[in-house]
Amino acid sequence: MKANHRYDAIVVGAGHNGLICAAYLAKAGRRVLVVERRHVLGGAAVSESLYPGFTFSVASYVVSLFRPHIIRELDLARHGYHVIPIDCAFQPLHDGPGLARWADPERTRREIAHFSRKDAEVYPEFSRVMTRMGQLAKAVIDGPPPALGSLHPRDIGTLVRLWRAFKRLGPDLQRAAIKLFTMSAADFLDLWFESPILKGPLAASGVIGTFKGVRTPGTAYVLLHHYMGEIDGAFRSWGFARGGTGSVSLACANAARTYGAEIRLSAPVSAVLLQNGRATGVVLESGEEVRAETVVSNVDPRRTLFDLVGEANLPSETATQLRRYTYEGSSGKVNLALDRAPEFACRPGIGDHLRGDIAIAPDVDYLERAYDEAKYGEYSSRPFINVVIPSLTDPSVAPPGKHVLSCFVQYAPYRLNEGTWEERREAFGDTVVDTLAEYIPGLKSSILFRQVLTPWDLEQEFGLTEGNIFHGELSLEQLFFQRPTPELAHYRTPIRNLWLCGSGTHPGGGIMGASGELAAKTILRRS
Amino acid sequence: MVKSPFFARQMALCKSMRWKLWSGFYAVDSYRVQHELEYFAVRSAAGLLDVTPLCKYRVYGKDSAAFLAQVVVRDITRLQVGRVAYTCWCDNDGKVVGDGTVMRRGESEFFVTTTDPCYDWLCAFLPGYEAHVDEVTDQVAALALQGPYAREILQAAAETDITRMRYFATQAATISGCPAWVSRTGYTGDLGYEIWTDHAFALRIWDALMATGADYALRPIGLMALDMCRLEAGLVLKHVDYHSAIHALIDARKSSPYELSLGWTVHLDRIPFNGQAALRREKESGPRWALVGLDIDWSETEALYTKAGLPPSLCTEPWRTSVPVYRDAARQHQVGYATSGTWSPLLKKNIALASIRAGHAAPGTQLQFVLQVEHVHHSVTATVGPPRFFNPARKTSMPP
Repeated sequence: MKANHRYDAIVVGAGHNGLICAAYLAKAGRRVLVVERRHVLGGAAVSESLYPGFTFSVASYVVSLFRPHIIRELDLARHGYHVIPIDCAFQPLHDGPGLARWADPERTRREIAHFSRKDAEVYPEFSRVMTRMGQLAKAVIDGPPPALGSLHPRDIGTLVRLWRAFKRLGPDLQRAAIKLFTMSAADFLDLWFESPILKGPLAASGVIGTFKGVRTPGTAYVLLHHYMGEIDGAFRSWGFARGGTGSVSLACANAARTYGAEIRLSAPVSAVLLQNGRATGVVLESGEEVRAETVVSNVDPRRTLFDLVGEANLPSETATQLRRYTYEGSSGKVNLALDRAPEFACRPGIGDHLRGDIAIAPDVDYLERAYDEAKYGEYSSRPFINVVIPSLTDPSVAPPGKHVLSCFVQYAPYRLNEGTWEERREAFGDTVVDTLAEYIPGLKSSILFRQVLTPWDLEQEFGLTEGNIFHGELSLEQLFFQRPTPELAHYRTPIRNLWLCGSGTHPGGGIMGASGELAAKTILRRS
Repeated sequence: MVKSPFFARQMALCKSMRWKLWSGFYAVDSYRVQHELEYFAVRSAAGLLDVTPLCKYRVYGKDSAAFLAQVVVRDITRLQVGRVAYTCWCDNDGKVVGDGTVMRRGESEFFVTTTDPCYDWLCAFLPGYEAHVDEVTDQVAALALQGPYAREILQAAAETDITRMRYFATQAATISGCPAWVSRTGYTGDLGYEIWTDHAFALRIWDALMATGADYALRPIGLMALDMCRLEAGLVLKHVDYHSAIHALIDARKSSPYELSLGWTVHLDRIPFNGQAALRREKESGPRWALVGLDIDWSETEALYTKAGLPPSLCTEPWRTSVPVYRDAARQHQVGYATSGTWSPLLKKNIALASIRAGHAAPGTQLQFVLQVEHVHHSVTATVGPPRFFNPARKTSMPP
């Protein structure tokens, strides 16, 4: 990199991936500037106080597979990274006590046996198989994707590593892996379990954030995410960030600053500066031009290349491919401030079953019906809701005795058949509260404040194209060396010195940090 | 076996039935089968721990300060009323006999706590002083309330203002109408308080803290979570990280405060105290050992598990067995031994405390730690650092 600019690199967007990318670049001695459109950093991993005394993880609400080596390499624990593991997955039902799956396997076995003695015994076997296959997935996500057809030693090395990981599974698990990567979540679970109650929440975890149903082929593989917990055990891979998910971004930002990066908030970028087909900096909406040798975009691929670069400056094939990269968002968020802890009718009391992940997903048919409506442009009249009450674990996010309740809601299609999301936002919010109130009778009278985020709102507020929480559908054909498109799969763009580092690149998805890290390491290797 | 005054409450809450014996008391190891949430409660909200089994002594009388100053390595005469000092005490050879805290409750009134009985050791030095030692282990109930919300929870239950207490301060307080002493101390390396009260008031205070704590995600915690916290904080444990000079079967098991990285507690230049001459000599010549923290390389560990076809699966419980530490991967030159360690869920690091020969104990030195993966011993790089891995600002900070 040349030294004639004030910065070596500008990162557009202070989402967690952008900040991690900035931290790695700064750690390697680069002079880095991060510019963020909003007044607060974090992108979709953001904590905001929307109601006095309450802190909401407004968008992204749990930390899933944040790469532990990033925590070590950037010393994030010292900078405030603090994730409290989720110990229970609770599924309330209208009749009976519902189903809670615990980190304690014996307790889980007894809970499942209430519905199926057979499933109770198969469950640990299922976990074992999934854990073994999780090692394969880990081999995929912890490195940059190979370039197909490339003879570069690194690409060949990656392919060899993957082949070894696959080979290590042995024939039985290899067959299971093929099934896992081709079948629908519901069909795959049918191979194992008989109880619809157990299959409901498991299947739901296969479609979170995607515009697919639990019976859509190719959704089973997402189940793996729940079995890739590093050391902390099966459920332990998911957790609450202390202070909300924004604190993860803040820790990344603190690390980046410690290494010398600068972060400017309320500094929206209007365009990437181009000169002879190469990026030379950015223009802010204020008109200010900031130059740098490298520009890295944490913004999703379409927005980066169509809005910030401009289609006219792209090779037509790039534009065509990018147009085929699908986005359609399928989910919304309802955030509630409550004046007391919510109590479920089926399992009264404020027990540990409320301190984890709560799924309104009574069975597979419920989920498929919810999807049916979305296919035809309606939000689900009885949606899948993933509820968390982080204030029961982390007192810093609500005043004493009060609580925040976060609902991730699916399905809410970006394109509505009738009306606009602005018109229908509150009715959508009512549907969510009504659905939940069927399980929590006292819910409505305890609500102090409600925020409803539709896919349209997610796009407006967070710049998530079409409200897709993953910067593009996380379906198999859009993963790995095809994320977002084969041409853009290596963090590189056809515009020289312009790179991508957001969730629209491999491996994408969730608060993992891997895209930002791998992008930074690729950039550092190439420059 | 002895039941602490909190036993009835603990028995009702301890779903796992995982108990341990601690100085003859029944002590909860973890309340649930998995202990991690108790650890996370301490680091994210607050944890409540019964520390009644600590040995507790009331030391009083006109000469009590001078007496204690002679027994322990710290100059207790300089300890102000309302302050607490962590210290150790040595034999005449300057080897550590025990460690604990000394609280100055009044001009001539002290309260000493430690893990092991030391009544006889204290009394041996009484002649010549107008001072008295009363053992109150079985009269005083003790609770540790530890974690970032400890202050809020304690204040909500107390009639006395405790929010102005500095780190290592102690004062009398009324909690839920009960008289007690509170000290801003603990064994977790976090913000926290210890509460000392008569058995008669024990349950009322427990109930009050549990009630006010409900709004702050308070959890009762067991010794397993405590052990993880103290390892992250780099706090040594007697019988585990060192042996008392009066219990060590061989001289090689004895350690000086300098060898335990507790040199900072030694006030050398003052009126004579136990071990002074030996400690002065050792300070001049330099200790032979150093107690250090080891950061056991995770990527190497993971690679060993991958090679065995396994996902990495360290025990999530803290361990306390001696593990040899070598200079070289061939494991020809042993330079020390790790005494206890844990996976740190917060730091995502595998950490240990170790006694390392002085020449190999400089921060950043890379040593080899023996790790067993699938029945086979391997060497994994372990980087030497200070024992304290985790030290949040809130531990010592004051509220705004």
